[in-house]
Amino acid sequence: MIPSSFTYKRASSAEEACDLAAEYGEDAKYLAGGHSLLPLMKLRLAAPEMLIDLGGLRDLSYLTDQGSHIAIGALTRHHDVQHSDLLAREVPLLAHAAGQVGDPQIRHRGTIGGSIAHGDPASDLPAVLLALDATLVARGTDGTREIPIGEFFQGLFETALEPDELLTEIRVPKPPAGGRGWSFQKFTQRAIDWAIVGVAVQGGHVALVNMAGTPLRATAVEAALAGGASPAEAAAHAAEGSSAVSDIRATREYREHLARVLTSRALTETASRAA
Amino acid sequence: MKVDLTVNGKEITADVEDRMLLVHFVRDVADLTATNIGCDTTSCGACTVLLDGESVKSCTVLAAQANGHDITTLEGLASNGDMHPVQRAFHEQHGLQCGFCTPGMVMAIVSLLKENPHPTEEQVRTGLEGNLCRCTGYHNIVRAALAASETSPQADTAEVSS
Repeated sequence: MIPSSFTYKRASSAEEACDLAAEYGEDAKYLAGGHSLLPLMKLRLAAPEMLIDLGGLRDLSYLTDQGSHIAIGALTRHHDVQHSDLLAREVPLLAHAAGQVGDPQIRHRGTIGGSIAHGDPASDLPAVLLALDATLVARGTDGTREIPIGEFFQGLFETALEPDELLTEIRVPKPPAGGRGWSFQKFTQRAIDWAIVGVAVQGGHVALVNMAGTPLRATAVEAALAGGASPAEAAAHAAEGSSAVSDIRATREYREHLARVLTSRALTETASRAA
Repeated sequence: MKVDLTVNGKEITADVEDRMLLVHFVRDVADLTATNIGCDTTSCGACTVLLDGESVKSCTVLAAQANGHDITTLEGLASNGDMHPVQRAFHEQHGLQCGFCTPGMVMAIVSLLKENPHPTEEQVRTGLEGNLCRCTGYHNIVRAALAASETSPQADTAEVSS
């Protein structure tokens, strides 16, 4: 399968990328690792007229300790997130979850920023970063702004990014003492599939993969936990407020069941790691 | 657009469509047909090649993205007529049946052993989760990967340029 025709430009700086995006507007798409966008283009579900390749922006690939948070360049590949000693020490949830994305070949190309900006509710990292309460940094032609991740995902494949804005950095707060327990549960049919349902837990934060049009905080579970409920009691609320769909992989009812079961497992594992 | 790739150590310059996939560049422009197109959906791994020494699925990379980079295909592994240790291990362990997945499997294992020269069996199995064998001949493929890691700890640093 071959994508429909487009014009390819490789940006040599973030500034040039934003300028190109502003010039071509809705007809342009940023290309990072391409492992979400190119498959859609091959299926002709996406047909941008212009691809702005960010692959040359090596200065947007980094993981640095900023004291209270870890700063991650948007073009940092899943492979590098997975194998980061800094994350293994400070935010093991993120390193572990990055290692669950796709397969080794996909992790050699796919980037954390691409995964977030794509806005697919079935992706792992959006929910993980929601549980971690990350802040996103976007650069546009009018300057730079910070977006709390809770305001970023607006619908299926819809984010708060303007057409000319480029996601440049993800800031992940270091979990506080008492909130360092974590778990990531992902249920798939085949090893490399998207999650049918997934659950990310960091401390008392619980976020769900593929239970709505966006990644979702399981607020009813969090409230129950804060009120002293056991993992099993809290997990019973996992499907509340969700709007999962039925599709070829699972019915809505099955997804709701999975959300409760996986949340229970995740909370139990989190408790075991909290000490 | 004009692209300039180094494939198995040889520089290849060509004028290609912006939308050309790397796997088509390898097969149709470089005329190296060991790399197979299987699912064409980033699932099966048959089209795995090394990009700057790391395994990638060439059906999901544009030739334009690889412009200026190094590509290694199965044809680039043997040196002076001697099979690469991973190729030899496939031969000795009978790591193939129909052979369609083999080029991708070999390239995935070369990349895996470069990152982790002495993997456990479980690490080999999870490391090959992106490569499907429809003959389901996984046991001997895993044996071949483990044999290659034992016989040649540095299997992959010398022969594969990156």
